[in-house]
Amino acid sequence: MLKETLAILRKELLIEWKQKYAFNGLMLYVASMVVVVALALGAVLEPLSWNVMFWLMILFAALNAVGKSFLAEEPAQQLYLYALAHPSALMLGKMLYNLLLMSLISLLTMALFVLMGNVAIGAPWQLLGIAGLGSAALAANLTLVAAIASKAHNRGTLLAVLSFPIIIPVLLLLIELAEEAIAPTGKGMDMDALIFLGGITVVLAALSVMLFPFVWRD
Amino acid sequence: MKSLLRIGYKALAVLLLGYVLVYGLVARLPGLPGLEESSRNLFYHVPMWFAVIVLMTISVVQSVRFLRMADPDLPERPLGLMDADLRAREAARTGILFSILGLVTGTIWGRVAWKASIPWTDPAAWWTSDPIIICAAISLLIYLAYFLLRSSFSDEEQRARVAAVYNIFAFATLIPLYFIVPKMLPGLHPTSADSDAGGGSFIFMREGIDNAYRMLLYPGILGFSLLAGWIYELRARWARAERQLSANDLSETSFFTEVNNKRS
Repeated sequence: MLKETLAILRKELLIEWKQKYAFNGLMLYVASMVVVVALALGAVLEPLSWNVMFWLMILFAALNAVGKSFLAEEPAQQLYLYALAHPSALMLGKMLYNLLLMSLISLLTMALFVLMGNVAIGAPWQLLGIAGLGSAALAANLTLVAAIASKAHNRGTLLAVLSFPIIIPVLLLLIELAEEAIAPTGKGMDMDALIFLGGITVVLAALSVMLFPFVWRD
Repeated sequence: MKSLLRIGYKALAVLLLGYVLVYGLVARLPGLPGLEESSRNLFYHVPMWFAVIVLMTISVVQSVRFLRMADPDLPERPLGLMDADLRAREAARTGILFSILGLVTGTIWGRVAWKASIPWTDPAAWWTSDPIIICAAISLLIYLAYFLLRSSFSDEEQRARVAAVYNIFAFATLIPLYFIVPKMLPGLHPTSADSDAGGGSFIFMREGIDNAYRMLLYPGILGFSLLAGWIYELRARWARAERQLSANDLSETSFFTEVNNKRS
């Protein structure tokens, strides 16, 4: 199981390294969003709106990145993969890959948005940690939904409709947590929110791995 | 024994709801601060959300039951496989009905309690962006998405499988939506984080409520939950009968085409 998972992860990374298609596309996407936001709101951005804008950009980048996890392969290729590996291992591998991809993207988005957003971050390392946790939460949340949506006829709309409502609680927790990192008030991090977020992420990741074997068969 | 239970819970629902509907309107109540007579809505608005939680729990349990039975390697479908899917669907559908009722009773109450100074023709009188209301609206969206997902598959069994997976997955996010997020955000509901009623979650409130209210609120919660279960039970049986009828239709047509083929 672990070996299979790592093999899937390695395969995803190798393909990405060779083609750089997803990563380059996403970076351009994120950079365009940052530029538009910085141009339109640069003068009035304050810690609170910076925070919300940042997480919205991450959300849309995640929808684009994770949403495509099951669309990159041809149906025949997928069948081949399922014959080679256990579906749970496949889901875990894809989820780990999405986690790495999202961490990198949120890191670069953060750097770019700090540069252009004109807002001083109170505790940058803390925000970085929250962004990492957010990447894990988004990957755990979206990978299974992407698999579900890829099975339906109207996958484009379905992905957004299925994932938005279930991602809002996670996003609210992330915004709440990041607020303290951007403009520290001195009362420290909200440990409850942190524990809840970690808990949801673990539960959703475990559910994804358990439920995916029911999704992949046609 | 089983049939006694079946009649019993319906009788209990009728009794409790009769008591809550009549006594809840005529009882002499001390009134909650700032609410006075509109505080009676407590017996109708709050139980709706308890009923929603009961129904969504039934729905997710049926989805789990479906997935446990749906082993694709079995030579034939186990008995009652699709019935579990229909039950999950009908529970979610009844849950949507009660969510809408909860939102409507809440909107009417909110207009009286929070927006009394605004004329009723102003749209602002009918919506408040309170975190608990937003969480309730999101939970409604989750189940509308569940039905959109169902409608985008044509194969019955695949639809049931994928919908069950989404139902279980979405239920895991419903718990933070109802019990965790409202705990962290300030709002107008007496159960919000900053309320002095010792709140902290979607529907539970520990203090600041008179015992006269509890005597009506708890029967209301039980009564409306039982009513929700009753509606769900009827709908599930209806759906099963409908499915069996359409299955019979299909086999009949295939029988006739076979006969016709033999004749020609």
